[in-house]
Amino acid sequence: MPDAVGLELIAKEINAAHEGAVSETGHEYGSATLVIEAENNLEVLRWLEETPGQEYTFCSSVHGADYLPAEPRFAVHYELLNRDRVERIHVKALLGDPSAGTDDRWGDGPLPTLRSSVGIFPTAEFQEREIYDFFGIVFDGHPDLRRITMPEDYVGWPQRRDFPVGGEPVIFTNTERERAGWYE
Amino acid sequence: MLDPRTKLEESKIADQFAGRGLNPLIEDPDGAVVTPMVESETSTDEQVMTINMGPHHPATHGVLRLVVSLKGEYVLDLKPVMGYVHTGIEKSCEQKSFWKAIPFVERMDYLSYFFQMQAYCGCIERMIGMEIPKRAEYLRIIHMELNRIHSHLVWLGTTALDLGAMSMFWYCFNVRDRILDLFEMSAGQRMHTRYFQVGGVAEDIPVGFTEKVKEFCRETPERVDQYEALLDRNEIFLQRTRDVGIVSRERLLELGVTGPLLRAAGEPWDLRKVTDYLPYGDFEFSVPVGTVGDNYDRYRVRVAEIRESIKIIEQAVEGLPEGPHIADDRKYVLPPRDELGTSMESLIHHFKLVTEGFRVPPGELYNPVEGPRGETGCFIVADGSAKPARVHFRDSSFINLQSLKDMCVGGLVADLIVNLAMLDPILGGIDR
Repeated sequence: MPDAVGLELIAKEINAAHEGAVSETGHEYGSATLVIEAENNLEVLRWLEETPGQEYTFCSSVHGADYLPAEPRFAVHYELLNRDRVERIHVKALLGDPSAGTDDRWGDGPLPTLRSSVGIFPTAEFQEREIYDFFGIVFDGHPDLRRITMPEDYVGWPQRRDFPVGGEPVIFTNTERERAGWYE
Repeated sequence: MLDPRTKLEESKIADQFAGRGLNPLIEDPDGAVVTPMVESETSTDEQVMTINMGPHHPATHGVLRLVVSLKGEYVLDLKPVMGYVHTGIEKSCEQKSFWKAIPFVERMDYLSYFFQMQAYCGCIERMIGMEIPKRAEYLRIIHMELNRIHSHLVWLGTTALDLGAMSMFWYCFNVRDRILDLFEMSAGQRMHTRYFQVGGVAEDIPVGFTEKVKEFCRETPERVDQYEALLDRNEIFLQRTRDVGIVSRERLLELGVTGPLLRAAGEPWDLRKVTDYLPYGDFEFSVPVGTVGDNYDRYRVRVAEIRESIKIIEQAVEGLPEGPHIADDRKYVLPPRDELGTSMESLIHHFKLVTEGFRVPPGELYNPVEGPRGETGCFIVADGSAKPARVHFRDSSFINLQSLKDMCVGGLVADLIVNLAMLDPILGGIDR
């Protein structure tokens, strides 16, 4: 990981190339974080990948997170790696919820959207599908954005923090009279 | 009729599949729509057929469905469909306190449970800034490397079974069972041991464990020699694996593939060597790499890794330091059992830890370790409470599965089975 000074320099250079792209930097637990606005995600990722001296060419992981009471609510995390220097950098793209404040119980209102990074990192294909599947974050330009783990006809975004943990009713012989009537 | 050993030209495949998604109805080159089951005027060599491979088939190594488009015996396109064993572990972890989620995370990829525990516990330890004792680190390494051998043996047995080498399956599972016996001896369980704790390991090893491990390390290399003697001179095995499923190193890196698959293509990338999440630097071992990147190299690399893991275990057992097996920080680690009867303070700590669990300061961290299938990473978001706000696992077989298409397209359908087996996917980890 770049040291604290190096991280500030990276943030400064990105901001010089793309105005206001990096909003915050973080350096904790031995991990360097660039907090960016979601609309700048591709510019920042491409800068980190292509700029000589940076060359974070390997994308280890892409994952989403929901910080529900916080605003903006969602984030997509990119874990980039330079294998020669064995340096990791963590890019966190913040995303607001367009259907915040509405009575959107099943998540069928407008969905948060950002551009897909598959063009830069082909490895993101499955992982962006997974984020879409679990958080309802849409990746513009993704070649095949479908649910990946949940059934294709599933309704709702199960990893969101306001999605309830429940169970499907299981019919046992002692409850089959009360439970929904498969026998009717 | 094409020679079955030649690959179809890529341009032909691209023409055939331009703009087509996952559709059981295939447009043939003339624009007519044919369904797979309908008899066509064209010969079977020319007709494109889409079939489902799996989900219920032993050769898929789990519950994986592959939608494969075939032209004769050639694979034109392939799409993995997964989610059949999705259990929502990541969501369930959010409902549990940090230490109660450990049994969950080790059940994702059910052949590399120690690695997932290390990724998860190591992540928490980094977040709370906890140093673990040297003995605990060595015990973790011993168990993780035994786990790596175990995982590779299950892989070798099932892969050889897919290629018709039935006896390999029994031989490999025989040795694998000895490893499970060792786990049972030290941790009390054969699989899913919940042995790693935040701060160290749950219990010290019992008397006689190191002798058993040494005996295992003495006898296993000879067994591995025998496996190699069975497979390396087997004409069928060589023909089925050599020059099959080659993917270039550059493409594998683009696809985020790590672990033995990447090393077989000639990239010596191993997190044990380049990072210090555990003191692997104390031991001498090498990182085996392949040259061609075909299925034979993948087999050779994994078998060589078994030997290297044995070397690490031998050195770790030999140099096992004395001392505590778990950190002495009562805010995070349970007090020893015998103190509960005499110390009020210990009782309070015990009560607080068991009922509420410890709290982790707000923050987020991604912690990768080198698993048997590549980089196993754990990402935790803590919000200051006793439960994680998000637990995500970067499962290596999930990422590696993306390279299956590159391995298979243009090759024979029989090679698809070998490629999938050599990929070593664990569906419990893919679906989570």
